[in-house]
Amino acid sequence: MQNQNDNGVRSAFLSENMRRRARYQLVFVLLAAAFVLITVLNINTGSVAIPVGEIFRILLGQAQDSPQYSIIWKIRLPRILMAALLGGGLSLSGFLLQTFFGNPIAGPFVLGISSGAKMVVALTMIYFLRFFSHVSSWALIVAAFAGSLMSVGFILLLSRKLKQMSILLVAGIMIGYICSAVTDFVVTFAEDADIVNLRGWSLGSFSGMSWDNVGVAAVMVGVTAAVTFAMAKPIGAYQLGEAYAQSMGVNIRAFRIALIVVSSLLSATVTAFAGPISFVGIAVPHLVKRALKTSKPLIVIPAVFLGGAVFCMGCDLIARTAFAPTELNISTVTSVFGAPVVIAMMLRRQGGKAA
Amino acid sequence: MSNFYFTTRQLTVGYDGVPLIHDITIDIARGEIVTLIGPNGSGKSTILKSITRQLRMIGGQVFIESEELRKLSYKDLSTRMAVVLTERMKPELMTCRDIVATGRYPYTGRLGILSAEDEIKVEAAMDAVHALELRNRDFNAISDGQRQRVLLARAICQEPEIIILDEPTSFLDIRHKLQLLSILRKMAKEKGITVIMSLHEIDLAQKISDKIICVKGDHIARSGPPEKVFDADAIRELYEIDQGSFDPLFGSIELPRPEGEPQALVLSACGTGIPVYRSLQKQGVPFVAGILYSNDIDCRLARVLAAEVIEERPFMPIGDDAFNRALHWIERLPRVINAGVEIGQTNARMAELIERAKDKS
Repeated sequence: MQNQNDNGVRSAFLSENMRRRARYQLVFVLLAAAFVLITVLNINTGSVAIPVGEIFRILLGQAQDSPQYSIIWKIRLPRILMAALLGGGLSLSGFLLQTFFGNPIAGPFVLGISSGAKMVVALTMIYFLRFFSHVSSWALIVAAFAGSLMSVGFILLLSRKLKQMSILLVAGIMIGYICSAVTDFVVTFAEDADIVNLRGWSLGSFSGMSWDNVGVAAVMVGVTAAVTFAMAKPIGAYQLGEAYAQSMGVNIRAFRIALIVVSSLLSATVTAFAGPISFVGIAVPHLVKRALKTSKPLIVIPAVFLGGAVFCMGCDLIARTAFAPTELNISTVTSVFGAPVVIAMMLRRQGGKAA
Repeated sequence: MSNFYFTTRQLTVGYDGVPLIHDITIDIARGEIVTLIGPNGSGKSTILKSITRQLRMIGGQVFIESEELRKLSYKDLSTRMAVVLTERMKPELMTCRDIVATGRYPYTGRLGILSAEDEIKVEAAMDAVHALELRNRDFNAISDGQRQRVLLARAICQEPEIIILDEPTSFLDIRHKLQLLSILRKMAKEKGITVIMSLHEIDLAQKISDKIICVKGDHIARSGPPEKVFDADAIRELYEIDQGSFDPLFGSIELPRPEGEPQALVLSACGTGIPVYRSLQKQGVPFVAGILYSNDIDCRLARVLAAEVIEERPFMPIGDDAFNRALHWIERLPRVINAGVEIGQTNARMAELIERAKDKS
C-alpha cells in the first residue's frame, strides 16, 4: 500500500515536471513567434510601405539599388536590432537588480540608475561636442557606466541606513529627479546645435541608429548577457537570501559586486544609445516569470532577454507609427504598457500579504 | 587538537567589531545535539551567525575537525555545514521541491542542473522530514510547520556533517515542535550529523540535547550535559525568573504561588492534589498541602505552589509531628479539600484526619 502510494506521488511529480517543461517550451515558442512577427511588421511599416515579399528579397541581399533597399538596410534594420538588443539588455538589468535587492519593483529606472547615466552622458556629450565634432559610442558607454555606478553607489550607501525597501525605492526616485534636473539644466543652456541631439535622446528614443552603434551595442549586451547566463547558478542561490546563498558556497562579496557591475553595464549601454527608458526593467521580468511560472534563472534569463526585445520592438513600432509622421518618445509608449503592469503587480503583492 | 568534531577556542563574537560575548570555548563530538539557551537578546543568534560565517568573528578560533573555519573556502564549508535560519525567505514562484533542491547546489555543475542522483537525494531528504506530499506546493503557501520541515530537508539534502539551526521551533505548534525535534534526534543518531541550535523552550532543550550552553551577558554562563546544567536555581538565574519556577526534573514551568495567609488545606495523595492545586492557584487562593510523602508526585508540585507543605518521609507511618501540624491547620482554616486519598497501612492516620475535617469540606 505504502509503495503504491509512493509510486502515485512519484508519477504525480514526474507529470508535474513534464507540465513545467511543456510550459517553458510554449512560452519560448510564443516569444520567438512574436519576435519574428514584430520584426516583419517593423520592417514593413513606415512612411514608405514595403511588401513582405520584397522585404525577404532585400534581406537576402537582392535588389541592392532600389531605394527600399537602403531604407531597410540603413534605417529600419539597425533600429530594429537596436530595439531588440537594448530592450533585452534593459530587461535583464531589471531582473538582476530585482535579484540583488530581493524586490520585484527594483529596476534601473526607479532606482535612478538610468537618470544617473543620462546625466553623465549629457555632460560628456556637451563637453565633447564643444571640442570635437564627434563622440564615440564607447566614450558614451563609459560615461553612462560611470553615471550608473554613481547612482548605484549612492543607493547602496543609503541601503545600509535604510533597511526598508520602499524607502530605498523612494530614495532612488529622488536621485532620478535630481539627475534629471541637472540634465535638463545643462540641456537648456547647451548650445543650439547640440540640443537637437540631446532633447530627443534625453527622453529616450531608438531613432538614428547606425550599424556602428549596433556593433558596439551587440558586443556590450552580448558579453554581459552571456556573463549573466553564466551566473545563473549563484543567482538561483541568491534568490533564497544572502545567508542561505553563502551557506551554499557562494562568495557573497564577489557575487554582489559582479551583479552590480553587470546590471550597471547593461543599463549604461542602453542609456548611452537610447536614453532612459522607463518600466521595461520591471514589467518584462514580471510578465515573463508569471508566464513561465518559475523564477529559475537558467530559464528566466534567456526568456527575459527575449521578452524585453519583443516588448521594446513592439513599443518602438508604436512610437514610430501611432502618430506618424510625428514620432513618440519610447518611454511614452513603454510607460503606457509598463506602468499598469507594475501597478497590477503591486496590488497583487499587497493582496497576497493581506490574505 | 582533540577528537572532537567541532571546537571553539576563546571565540569572541559581536557586531561591527564590537565584542558582545567573550571566551566561548566549546567542544562538540560528532553526532551530538548541542543547544544554546538564554534570554532574548542574549546573543544566541550572534554566536550562530559567527560560526556560520555570516558575521566576522572578532577573536579566537573555530575548528571543524582540525581545520580552522576561517581558512575554509565557502565552497568547502558548504559541503560540511548547512543552515536553517530564522529570517523569513520569500522566494518567488518556487515549489517546496525547488527549495529543497537548492541544497544540492554545492554538488551540481556550472549551470546547477540536477543529475538523476541529485533528484533521488532530494526525494530522500523530503521523505526524511515527511514532506513528500508538499512537493509541488508553492513554498509561500504552506504553514510554518511545513516550512520548517522543508527548510530542514533542504539542509539535509546538502549532505552536511553539521547542521546549524537558529530557533527552528519558533512559530510551531507543539505537534510540529515535537516532530521537528525527533527528526533531528533521529538524524543525529543514525547519520552522525552534528546539530547546533538555539531554542527558546528550555523544557525541550533539556530533553533533546546532549549538551546545553547557557548564554548570558557577555559570556557563557554554564555549559555541559543537561543533567548538570539544569538545576532550578541555574535556570532561575539565567533567565532572571522572578515569577514562577522551573522544575528541572520534569522540565515543567509553573506560575508563581498565590501570596498571603493560607485559606485552605488540601488533603491528597498520588497525584490527586495536582488539579486542585492548579485550580486554587488560578483563583489566587493560598493553601496548605498535606500530608504528603516526600516521594509523592503531589509533593513535588506542592513545594512550588503551596504556602506550606506538610511532608512525611516515604514508606513510614505518619508521625505525630506531621499529624499535629495537619490538625492545627484543620482547626484554623475555614476550608479543607479532600482531593482523594488512598488509604493503606502506612498512611492509616489520613483516614482520621479526613474524618476530623468532615464538617469543613
